[in-house]
Amino acid sequence: MSDLPLIMGIETSCDETGVALVRGCELLGDAVASSVDQHVRFGGVVPEVASRAHLEAMTPTVHRALEQAGAKLSDVDAIAVTAGPGLAGALLVGVSAAKAYAMALGRPLYGVNHLVGHVAVDQLEHGPLPKPSIALLVSGGHTSLLLVNDLATEVVSLGDTVDDAAGEAYDKVARLLDLPYPGGPPIDRAAQQGDPRSIRFPRGKWGDGTYDFSFSGLKTAVARHVEETDRRGEPLVVADIAAAFQESVVDVLTRKAVDACVEHGVSTLVISGGVAANSALRALAEQRCQEAGVELRVPRPRLCTDNGAMIAALGAEVVAAELPASALDLATDTSLPVESPLAV
Amino acid sequence: MLLLAFDTATPAVTAAIGESDPDGAFTLRASAGSVDARRHGELLTPTIARLTEESGIALTDLDHVAVGVGPGPYTGLRVGLSTAHALADALGVPCHGVTTLDALAFATGRTEPFVAMTDARRKEVFWARYDDHLTRVGEVAVDRPAELDTGDLPLVGDGARMYADVLGAAADPVGPLHPDAAAMAELALLRLCRGEELPAPNPLYLRRPDAVEPGARKKVRQWVK
Ligand SMILES: [Zn+2]
Repeated sequence: MSDLPLIMGIETSCDETGVALVRGCELLGDAVASSVDQHVRFGGVVPEVASRAHLEAMTPTVHRALEQAGAKLSDVDAIAVTAGPGLAGALLVGVSAAKAYAMALGRPLYGVNHLVGHVAVDQLEHGPLPKPSIALLVSGGHTSLLLVNDLATEVVSLGDTVDDAAGEAYDKVARLLDLPYPGGPPIDRAAQQGDPRSIRFPRGKWGDGTYDFSFSGLKTAVARHVEETDRRGEPLVVADIAAAFQESVVDVLTRKAVDACVEHGVSTLVISGGVAANSALRALAEQRCQEAGVELRVPRPRLCTDNGAMIAALGAEVVAAELPASALDLATDTSLPVESPLAV
Repeated sequence: MLLLAFDTATPAVTAAIGESDPDGAFTLRASAGSVDARRHGELLTPTIARLTEESGIALTDLDHVAVGVGPGPYTGLRVGLSTAHALADALGVPCHGVTTLDALAFATGRTEPFVAMTDARRKEVFWARYDDHLTRVGEVAVDRPAELDTGDLPLVGDGARMYADVLGAAADPVGPLHPDAAAMAELALLRLCRGEELPAPNPLYLRRPDAVEPGARKKVRQWVK
């Protein structure tokens, strides 16, 4: 194993400053500094607050990861960094640091795709990903269904959200229900005490023949339900609304993901991203994968959220595929398409 | 003593390598720069790489890194700071901050009082008063040009150029518009040779992030039926 290169991954696309060290499929060090507490009172990520926090956390996080790995900066063989998609100012902090480390250490730099990183990270937990695999990415920033033929070179987008990301819908519904931000965990907890069949919320783009998703109609339906109940002076039953909302989200997500596996003859589904920790999503995905004879892989929650490990894992794949390194004038790309695992 | 200085707190991306001998005499070894407010992140490291090539100085030869800490529009400013932190970290050398307006003021070489000003966007300027090119009076500030008291002092910098009509005076036509890393390197080395401590490389934002806290909903809630 030790003849494989040591890859440092740097991630700053949203509100987590992540740095990790990976050799092949082995995670050696993984440090994350989150600014989520600073965003709570605003009910969502404030880009400028996130960027300021990234700058403060960047080098200390690098050293925490190195310490965990028992490595020195000079041991690092290559540096991978999230080039996009993500928040412009946040991405720039990580990319600037990565370029400086690469230049000063005389090591190659790889600007990689955050979304593909979410899939690649599963290799650190479950080993090499079968080719091809289907991946469902669900988080506050993305809802994407991918056909992954090769992590470094061939990722095909099957569908995406046409409006809100799934995690964004959770945050907005949590706010309607006076639940804290981020909305995923409190809605999941509330839903466990509620009856998902007590209210029928719409299932966006259900059975429309695409692999796209839509959650804004669902969010509007929840808002209308809350308004009407308030207007009647009746109490809102938070657990029931949460359960019915969650059921609508995970029903569409898992249905389309498993359909994609069947249609493409793929026997492995990876679910990753912050929402992958959701209990209802995991339960329904497990049930439907089993029925369809598909193996379900979900990385542990720590790896599902944004971190440096996903970027180092993808960096390791890109290096193994002997792709050319990025130049020092590498630009960040806030909407880097998922078909580009490596930014140019 | 070899020092690399750079600044990205204004539309300019500017970098320089300077050297001071044991007597404190300054030599500029290399400098480069361009003005492109939207591409700081793409331009800075290639500019530094070009400097080392042209001067034949390896990054590992450097003894110090100095970076402009602003004030300046945040996204560009952070490109310089993030680069400086990582570069100094990887090279194992100290990283110092230089107030961007101080570098601009130093480059004027003025021996009489004046005001230096850069663009703060949103119709405001970052500014400070100086007794001479080395001596700032008070803190740097951000204000609307119409509301600041320049005391009829001469004005320098791009902020003064942009708002000459509101300020009632033109910017020094021969003075620098943007900070120059060559001046920044000389200023930093001068202070280091004098045994002065340079500021930590932390950003001068001068404004809080724009963000509004949503109002709380106050309606009837019940957990379960
Ligand atoms: Zn993500």
